[in-house]
Amino acid sequence: MTITTRPGPAAPVSPAAPSPVRLPRAGELARGHARGAPLRREGPAKLTGTALYADDLVTPGAWYGATIRSTEPHARLLGLDFGAEFDWSRVVVVTAEDIPGDNVVSLITDDQPILVPVHGEIRHQAEPVALLAAADRDTLREAKARLSLRTEPLAPVFDPLVSSQVFAHYEMGKGDIAAGFAAADLVVEGTYRVGHTEQLYIENQAMIAIPREDGGMTVTGSLQCPYYVHKALKRALALDSERAVVIQAETGGGFGGKEEYPSLLAVHAALLARRIGRPVRMIYDRHEDIAATTKRHPAIVTHRTGVTRDGRIVAQEIDLVLDGGAYCTLSPVVLSRATIHAGGPYDVPDVRITSRAVATNTPPNGAFRGFGAPQVEFAAEMQVNRIAETLGISPLELRRRNVYREGGVTPTRQVLRESVAAEEVLERAAEAAEFERIRERTARERAARTAGVRTARGIGLALGWHGAGFTGSGEERMGSVASVELTAEGAIRILTASTEMGQGTKTIFPQLVADELGVPYDAVEIAPQDTSIVPDSGPTVASRTAMVVGGLIVKAARRLRAQVEERTGRPFAESYLHDAQTWGGTREDERFEPYPGVHFDDATYTGDAYPAFGWACAVAEVEVDLDTGEVAVRSVVAADDVGRVIHPVLAEGQVEGGTLQAVGYATIEEIKLHDGRYLNDRLQTYLIPTAVDAPRIDAILVEAPFAGAPHGAKGVGELPMDVGAPAVVAAIHDATGVWIHDLPASPERILAALDGHKPPGPPGISA
Amino acid sequence: MSYELIVNGVEFEVASPGMRRLLDVLREDLGLSGTKEGCGEGECGACTVLLDGEPVVSCLVPVCQADGHAVRTVEGLATAGPQGPVLSPLQAAFLEAGGAQCGICTPGMLMSAEAFLASGASPTEEAIREAIAGNLCRCTGYTKIVEAIELAASGRGVDAASDA
Repeated sequence: MTITTRPGPAAPVSPAAPSPVRLPRAGELARGHARGAPLRREGPAKLTGTALYADDLVTPGAWYGATIRSTEPHARLLGLDFGAEFDWSRVVVVTAEDIPGDNVVSLITDDQPILVPVHGEIRHQAEPVALLAAADRDTLREAKARLSLRTEPLAPVFDPLVSSQVFAHYEMGKGDIAAGFAAADLVVEGTYRVGHTEQLYIENQAMIAIPREDGGMTVTGSLQCPYYVHKALKRALALDSERAVVIQAETGGGFGGKEEYPSLLAVHAALLARRIGRPVRMIYDRHEDIAATTKRHPAIVTHRTGVTRDGRIVAQEIDLVLDGGAYCTLSPVVLSRATIHAGGPYDVPDVRITSRAVATNTPPNGAFRGFGAPQVEFAAEMQVNRIAETLGISPLELRRRNVYREGGVTPTRQVLRESVAAEEVLERAAEAAEFERIRERTARERAARTAGVRTARGIGLALGWHGAGFTGSGEERMGSVASVELTAEGAIRILTASTEMGQGTKTIFPQLVADELGVPYDAVEIAPQDTSIVPDSGPTVASRTAMVVGGLIVKAARRLRAQVEERTGRPFAESYLHDAQTWGGTREDERFEPYPGVHFDDATYTGDAYPAFGWACAVAEVEVDLDTGEVAVRSVVAADDVGRVIHPVLAEGQVEGGTLQAVGYATIEEIKLHDGRYLNDRLQTYLIPTAVDAPRIDAILVEAPFAGAPHGAKGVGELPMDVGAPAVVAAIHDATGVWIHDLPASPERILAALDGHKPPGPPGISA
Repeated sequence: MSYELIVNGVEFEVASPGMRRLLDVLREDLGLSGTKEGCGEGECGACTVLLDGEPVVSCLVPVCQADGHAVRTVEGLATAGPQGPVLSPLQAAFLEAGGAQCGICTPGMLMSAEAFLASGASPTEEAIREAIAGNLCRCTGYTKIVEAIELAASGRGVDAASDA
């Protein structure tokens, strides 16, 4: 892999005193493996099998919990039938009536019940209605089979295009769309659709609730956002902040799938534990996890684009529909990000984007790496690649003529003042992948192809952008707090609610603080993600951890250092132990302050939608079997601008992992539906890429620092997910000459297109 | 029924129904929770252990089939050192190359890799990918896992002492 660097952020990042461990500097990101960066903090525990995930925790006396769910997509609940042949005293049952607080689990709107009450409305096939717990799994299974629901069916809605219930809608734009189209030489139209996909973290959802002696509840589990769970628990169990405690266990992947669902599961486990007065374990199996938890929103995106013959995009009219599923959950925020990103990273003078998120009778859709952006950027890049084909201009050249540069204005009328690396990632990826040379070769192969040739090679390119951190004024409203403390015992400790789920929080945070204080990496501890210990530094989502929370701890560490040095008159590293002995502990809490010069108006939806954007380009090479329609993705070059590389190995790991998820999105991943139920709710039928399916991935890290963050970082987690799929589908087109407008580009769709038929669309969406 | 298992070199006698999953016996009876369950139907490879040196998915192996056989789990890779466990060259290579992210597939991945390295097969990239094709990872894109196994095969993995 290679690194390119730019001038550093405005604020100095280098401590005065030499430090045994420091962040990599411009141009010195060493070759080879560990490359000067520290090893993953919790790596040894994970590698020796001693890291404790929720299901590994030993809880003496615990009962096992299970969920009774609807089997109908839309119905009125009339009652519960307890089978007469079972001794119900062997188990406990919890229904809506047993909820001491509000029967609601909510992020934006109070519409989703914890358990559907009798006479209430069931809105999807996996909706929780009752909870059971037993001392052993066999009894639990037996009881589960004997509890049935009496319902009265209601008419379901599955097609988002016919749904009349709207969770949220937006309209935004700039310029004069009619004038834009009047200036165009031609207009290109297209509709692109994507279905449900699953995060497929390898560790299923898992939660353990333990009643506390003070009458409260402690919940430990697999989760991304301790304070989301905390809020849900307090409200459902009518507890105050101190008596509701949420602890993150080691977490085996999240990708957005453990942003909101853990709140519901935690409340379920807690209700059972409260009822029995003993610990309750709720560990989903794979089937239940896929059947009941959130998916990526299906989307239908329609583009109408005005272009000039010399390859300038002059007008964009885009309409976007997201399928939110049965409840609102995060859909308005997903829609907001999707709407803002829908045009792609191009400076178009006249733009109009309309969007809506609607209800259907399927389980609620939610967060999944990219949060609305991968769907719309697939559509935007398909459109740009089709325009390039129509105009006979290279896809690389067409992008050069339209990409955002400094001073560019986005559809929310945000002026991109700094940190714009669209051109740089484009050129870096195209150069490393030898895009034009290979494209000429594949064109020659295509022209010379005879009937006997049954394998076709192709290359494709896609460019993307991803707003760093929360959308609009989200960060300001959240007001996150993170802390760094020097304890009276002389330990240096970071306190944040930011979770580790593989992406590297527990490594980069101590790195940032060690660098700031001029002490060794190992001298900095990180407090457990336990709401009774750490402040609310916001959820671990939106690629905000390195940028936003990382920025807070850097500032807190700076203040700690200044305080200690003022007291001792000597460098922090030499004097902090003495300072702690003399003065006792010092704790610096840093609360988020809006980045200077960043303003967003929620009422008009204009202004700085994000403090900065990250930029990404992917170039994919594929081989398509023309007999079977199977696609082998051979290589992907991924150039991602992350602002500032804190740890090269971990940052590359994010780019590589995100790129492979995008390759799965492009080629094989798709939930099949029947009556609003997910048919392929197991790993035998919902496929994700294996090591053999995975391409060679070459990650190129680009650094265009964000001056508003003290360390320049912009985040990395979601960026690669935005560009992989359109690059792969462009490569399939380059190989075969057919465009696949709907994801995934499955063999079925490719064969239909090769045969000149209309490929089948995503399940549940009308053509 | 009672079964005899030799787990990581130690003999155990386990009283259990014969059709109970080896995975559950390891995790619940022997307290070896390093072996993980990801799907329970042999698709994800998270529960991979070595049975007489061969990788098997322990969620599909009834304990009766392991009777009298040697089982090796992730807990059997590191060796004891004066300051705590010392990572095996394979584990150290994973740590150095960045082959573990969330870590839930890691124990099974390590066992498949261990069997591959022990087989003496030529560690080409293709052979490594084939060897771990039954172990799903959702975090890494496999790039750094393949690099880690190459590193271990080349003997360049550092011996990282660990107090884990």
